[in-house]
Amino acid sequence: MQEPILEITGLTKVYSGGSKALDNVDLKIRKGEIFALLGPNGAGKTTLIGAVCGLVRPTAGTIRAFGVDLARDWRAARSRIGLVPQELSTDMFEPVGRAVAFSRGLFGRPADPARIEEILRSLSLWDKRDEQIRKLSGGMKRRVLIAKALSHDPDLLFLDEPTAGVDVELRRDMWRQISILRDQGVTVILTTHYIDEAEVMADRVGVIRDGRLLMVDDKHAMMARLGRTEAHITLAQPLDAVPAHLAAYPLTIAGGGLELVYRGGDGTGRGKKDVADLTKALTAGGIDYVGIDIRESTLEDIFVDLMGESA
Amino acid sequence: MTGFNLRGAYAIYVRELMRAMRTAFQSILAPVLTTSLYFIVFGAAIGGRMQAVDGVNYAAFIVPGLLLLTLLSESTSNASFGIYMPRFTGTIYELLSAPVGVAETLVGFVGAAATKSLILAAIILLTATFFVDYRIEHPVLAVGFIMLVASAFSLFGFILGIWADNFEKLGIIPMLILMPLTFLGGTFYSIDMLPEPWRSVALFNPIVYLVSGLRWTFYGTSDVNIWVSFGLTVAFLAICVVAITIIFRTGWRLRT
Repeated sequence: MQEPILEITGLTKVYSGGSKALDNVDLKIRKGEIFALLGPNGAGKTTLIGAVCGLVRPTAGTIRAFGVDLARDWRAARSRIGLVPQELSTDMFEPVGRAVAFSRGLFGRPADPARIEEILRSLSLWDKRDEQIRKLSGGMKRRVLIAKALSHDPDLLFLDEPTAGVDVELRRDMWRQISILRDQGVTVILTTHYIDEAEVMADRVGVIRDGRLLMVDDKHAMMARLGRTEAHITLAQPLDAVPAHLAAYPLTIAGGGLELVYRGGDGTGRGKKDVADLTKALTAGGIDYVGIDIRESTLEDIFVDLMGESA
Repeated sequence: MTGFNLRGAYAIYVRELMRAMRTAFQSILAPVLTTSLYFIVFGAAIGGRMQAVDGVNYAAFIVPGLLLLTLLSESTSNASFGIYMPRFTGTIYELLSAPVGVAETLVGFVGAAATKSLILAAIILLTATFFVDYRIEHPVLAVGFIMLVASAFSLFGFILGIWADNFEKLGIIPMLILMPLTFLGGTFYSIDMLPEPWRSVALFNPIVYLVSGLRWTFYGTSDVNIWVSFGLTVAFLAICVVAITIIFRTGWRLRT
């Protein structure tokens, strides 16, 4: 297997007040992937990012990036890592172009106006290059932070809640930007509250809660393993109980006996086949129905289930 | 990347100077105006009625002290604001996540603060020529001493900016400690003019050594030995560098 671009082992962070933000976290990130870290507020997402980026002092554990120990070879590693923070933190009185050029210099890269122009154009900021950042809209400010993080051409980019508080159009725009970065070979680790964002963007998903990484898996594998089909069959006549010949199916009665609810399958389509078989069995058993509402579970359903189980 | 991140240090340095230019009135014009008023009131107006001190006309005698007064307060406040504001606004994340360590940070922030102080010192000395007839007997040593003091107090201000967790704390040390010590440190008088035991007490005031040292480079006379002044200033600078190195190693008030 290719050496991971980031390897976290036994990472623990206990704050001075005694609260444990990270609890023995192990995580490997592959080169070129988009990894989404999901978790509720206070789960430890930002602390995890902070520990890798040098904002948080780990209590225990090791972090290796690009094959080097971050504690020892931090200069080499940090020069290849970019961070877009959750908060809109930047010098608001600085012009956009200068702010981005400053970030490039800070990370040790030579001045390159052509590259800065390229980055600003890709984020639709070129026209705003001489504007003070404070005069931009919230979405534009967030783009400036992304431009700053990209200014030194990082190989590994952290996006901490990149679309928090931005409108739908800008969210879609951000997703496009992240896809372009992936195409350019940048490894992206993003934290988000929006499960649909992870579902659209991520190759792999990690779920964190109370500082513990509950699960890390390929998005499709996770959905296949934990996903399910849910079908609501509206009956013509109410039933008192699930008929005996349908006992093999995961069914429940709802809606005062007028609704037969199927919850099963595995996210690979087996549930849909079950529902098709079920409708045949209903017809064969002389049970009439007037409607079927069927849907596959989303990553959000899986996430909510995981959160419920671990609570 | 290994070793010193020269581009990183330069980026911080230029940005800090740009920030000063953005607030030129507060950073440069205000202290120059204040110092000019001192020259007018204590030098041109009152100075004419005062006796010469150590053979130096009173108006000229106070020039090094007033210069130092501005140098200390501006070096301290420039450097303290320079690092406090990124902490306050959260923009320090970029510095902490970048491949810059204590050396680059010091060259960038403290170097810029010291540079601003030196520019200020040059403007003040130039302004003083309009009101006071002064001389500088040892110009090379004067420039060296001014650079030393500006660097030492910029380092001190940097520590202050890391220590402070609110604006009040940021102002306490310069206003309640530095300013009184400077006024009582021989800015407007020679400590030889003080009766005992106040003369001996004054020797516990570290600012006395700075004022005395700078005054020696101007007029060749001082309250204390010039090398003691230089030595103490270098020692203070070294202590500040060690303190900042420890702060960066431990991440005190910088990393959570």
